[in-house]
Amino acid sequence: MATGTPARTPIRWQVGRLVERRVETPTAQTLVLEVPDWSGHLPGQHVDLRLTAPDGYQAARSYSIAGPVVDGPGGPRIEVTVQRVHDGEVSPYLIDVLGEGDPVEVRGPLGGWFIWRPEETAPVQLVAGGSGIVPLMAMIRARRATGSRVPFRLIYSVRTPTDVIYADELRRRVRDDFGLDVAYVYTREAPEGWRGDPHRIGLADVNTHGWPPDLQPLTYVCGPTAFVETVADLLVAMGHPSRQVKTERFGPTG
Amino acid sequence: MGIVSPGFQGRPRSQEPALPPGQYLTEDFPVLSAGPTPRVSLDTWEFVITAENGNEFRWSWQELMALPQETPTVDIHCVTHWSKLGTTWHGVSLDTLLDGVDTGAHFALAHSYGGYTTNLPLDDLRGGRAWVAHTFDGAPLPAEHGGPARLLVPHLYFWKSAKWVRGIRLKTMDEPGFWETAGYHDYGDPWREQRYQGD
Repeated sequence: MATGTPARTPIRWQVGRLVERRVETPTAQTLVLEVPDWSGHLPGQHVDLRLTAPDGYQAARSYSIAGPVVDGPGGPRIEVTVQRVHDGEVSPYLIDVLGEGDPVEVRGPLGGWFIWRPEETAPVQLVAGGSGIVPLMAMIRARRATGSRVPFRLIYSVRTPTDVIYADELRRRVRDDFGLDVAYVYTREAPEGWRGDPHRIGLADVNTHGWPPDLQPLTYVCGPTAFVETVADLLVAMGHPSRQVKTERFGPTG
Repeated sequence: MGIVSPGFQGRPRSQEPALPPGQYLTEDFPVLSAGPTPRVSLDTWEFVITAENGNEFRWSWQELMALPQETPTVDIHCVTHWSKLGTTWHGVSLDTLLDGVDTGAHFALAHSYGGYTTNLPLDDLRGGRAWVAHTFDGAPLPAEHGGPARLLVPHLYFWKSAKWVRGIRLKTMDEPGFWETAGYHDYGDPWREQRYQGD
């Protein structure tokens, strides 16, 4: 059962357990959490994860859910992808310390705005900066999982080729998920044989690889604040109505 | 207390100032908005209080600047778990703006350039606890942080401090705003951790 409509009943903390981890890049990992009472979610929603120290001190952070719920032998599983924040309090623990079978408190799904509903028919453009790919990947995965034929375009800005999260899967999906296009922007170092120099995302990238406004696409932009500000301003200047441009920004959040 | 996380210590606690539950301290000023940043010209900017009987009270930018200004230094708490302490703003108290507005309303719906809305009890805009702020840290408030002017209601989670504020509608019935309709709490007291509906 998917939610995403206003939750008027309390969303409770529940205990999830780490059942699997996947290394995505040198600084990002996907954690698969078994959450027995998970109620379902929509692509783009997030969870709060909470850690508790022996003296009762707690730290909580929000993480985007990376894909559809998966049925495991012990109940529903959700995936989050965690980017290591230098000097962070929570992300280094999740990446370096949390072991298989260890508990972590989970609250969600949260957020009822930055979501894509698979019954939507408008073309979709996704613009990701760095680990801003995570909620957008959830939309790409949900598109395939629900059999949606809506055309998707993803523009994904990364520092270097080794920073691409889900690199193999994206390559595979471009081949197999009909109607998905992916374009990369490299800001520091481009791969061997890449045409053009590394650069920050600009009008030419969005114009070339996104949808024109007359197709009335839904746009989702996620990444660091400066990236989202730049891209959202470009989209509005190109004639996309503000209401069709949904954004999620993050600063360093530990 | 929740389930202890094996091997989790967290940041050193001794020098941590008191924060609301579930919050952590940041020195940055993160941005949370749902869409593109609206750009509003000061020539056409206005702030309007609309009473429940339809009476409107309007201020142009120049008129707002001519009102008595205050310099609150306050702590701010975002529902995404960051808190920032000792932030200094310039702006006009809602007490000043509501002075002379005849109303029996109990609720307020702040609305913004760009279409954002958020609801609060009218009492929370009174008593020296709320401002229309146009300056942050001695400089004009940047657009991504809500400039030209935003509501500043620091005793509630920061989404109640509507960016790009354009006006306040006074209401006899509470009407949920943008995030409140999407599942966030109608009141949003950080000290009671009222993040989501039902908290």
